[in-house]
Amino acid sequence: MSYSTKVLDHYENPRNVGTFGKDDEGVATGMVGAPACGDVMKLQIKVNKDGVIEDAKFKTYGCGSAIASSSLVTEWVKGKTLDEALTIKNTQIAEELALPPVKIHCSVLAEDAIKAAVADYKAKHGAMVETAACKGSDCSN
Amino acid sequence: MIKQPIYLDYSATTPVDPRVAEQMIPYLTEKFGNPASRSHEFGWEAERAVEEAREQVARLVNADPREIIWTSGATESNNLAIKGAAHFYKGKGKHLVTVMTEHKAVIDTMRHLESEGFEVTYLMPETNGLVDMEKFTAALRPDTILASVMLVNNEIGVIQDIASLGEVCRAKGVLFHVDAAQATGKVTIDLAKLKVDLMSFSAHKTYGPKGIGALYVQRKPRVRLEAQMHGGGHERGLRSGTLATHQIVGMGEAFRIAHEEMATENERIRYLRDRLYQGLSQIEEAHVNGDMEQRVPHNLNISFNFVEGESLIMAIRELAVSSGSACTSASLEPSYVLRALGRSDELAHSSIRFTIGRFTTEEEIDFAIDLVKAKIGRLREMSPLWDMFKEGVDLSTVQWAAH
Repeated sequence: MSYSTKVLDHYENPRNVGTFGKDDEGVATGMVGAPACGDVMKLQIKVNKDGVIEDAKFKTYGCGSAIASSSLVTEWVKGKTLDEALTIKNTQIAEELALPPVKIHCSVLAEDAIKAAVADYKAKHGAMVETAACKGSDCSN
Repeated sequence: MIKQPIYLDYSATTPVDPRVAEQMIPYLTEKFGNPASRSHEFGWEAERAVEEAREQVARLVNADPREIIWTSGATESNNLAIKGAAHFYKGKGKHLVTVMTEHKAVIDTMRHLESEGFEVTYLMPETNGLVDMEKFTAALRPDTILASVMLVNNEIGVIQDIASLGEVCRAKGVLFHVDAAQATGKVTIDLAKLKVDLMSFSAHKTYGPKGIGALYVQRKPRVRLEAQMHGGGHERGLRSGTLATHQIVGMGEAFRIAHEEMATENERIRYLRDRLYQGLSQIEEAHVNGDMEQRVPHNLNISFNFVEGESLIMAIRELAVSSGSACTSASLEPSYVLRALGRSDELAHSSIRFTIGRFTTEEEIDFAIDLVKAKIGRLREMSPLWDMFKEGVDLSTVQWAAH
């Protein structure tokens, strides 16, 4: 399979790989996917007092497109409020990285990771929110 | 400087040996006759070449040349053997036995026969990839017509004990078919001793051209098949179609070379494989798939836990290898062979098959070891599963949201 230049770039030079300290303030984590499906994404966001995501980090087990999708969303969520981050759609990720149809699920997973991280933040900080993270997305698409 | 990418996928296909190509070329140009032409020298010359090649193929497996039928490859041989026998002997019974780790050319042929009303037992191998003799024996029934077990597995390289399996089949009056596509030139095959009724061969796994193969059809006791290809009655009516003289000459020469050189070649390849294994087994959480003893020296199939296979293939683009992770296809299903060994999905997704051959060098092996070590390290730095493993989390107890 041939990869787009953007996928290759994110894969060769992934942005924001890592993990925040356990005791860092304002950190929330979204972990989506399953090893059995061949991909697991962990997205962490660091939210400041104004509700803006000031930093993000990721770790991903998965194919090149999964790594590139998660690397890309760490860049995109930075500087956004939680609600703004939730507007990022998988189609935008897929388009930006020129993902082929068999790799669309990677972008779906990245969108789910954002939702899961935001939900984790809101849960930790009292706001009750529903999350559909990971549920209902399809392994075969 | 080593030429890149380095080819370590000899079980997918092999280059045609230059000596083979040289023998083939005249049969495309000046010696172009149809071996079935009985009335002139062009035909006679082509026929002589076809019969010499038949002898060369027969010699490698110690068979009678009259027991060798030309086909287009091992897939066709498997189809002809299994469907041909099932159709001919369906009056005797409608049950067949095979193994879950067989090549798709056997599995899908069996599936097709199921749609025709046959019943098939797919045996689960042991965790080392080998078939258990007792389970195999128990699967054979009075109405079993045929059992099919491959000699060397294409993914994990394990060698089945076809000598013992054949004895059991013969004792129970069950035909025994063996797919030997991955075995020629790698293990000694003596069809005069083996209780094998049908055996499939391919040229392109043994430094011959693609598009040519053969089926061994035993004469004593005689095995009957219903032809799957009808026409001019070539190959004693078993496989009609004009013989591809140049391909056949190539297969003959390739098998002649294999016969003469396999002993020394396998020794060299074993040394290289062991060197690769020594190097890669230094990596933490590296698991070899399939039995390490009952295995051809050409194959090393290894799972690097917590690293996904496709991303590893991408990271080691300087190496031409294949992965048990099928993320490259639309299915996202990991290798059915590794799953049949009871490997977890994540280990199956993390597997790489290295297959070594005639033109592999020690320098290339050393390069491969260094590259894989470095890239595994980098990908694990990025893997949340590796972190969890290092923190002592048992991944099998985690509630994953399957997607």
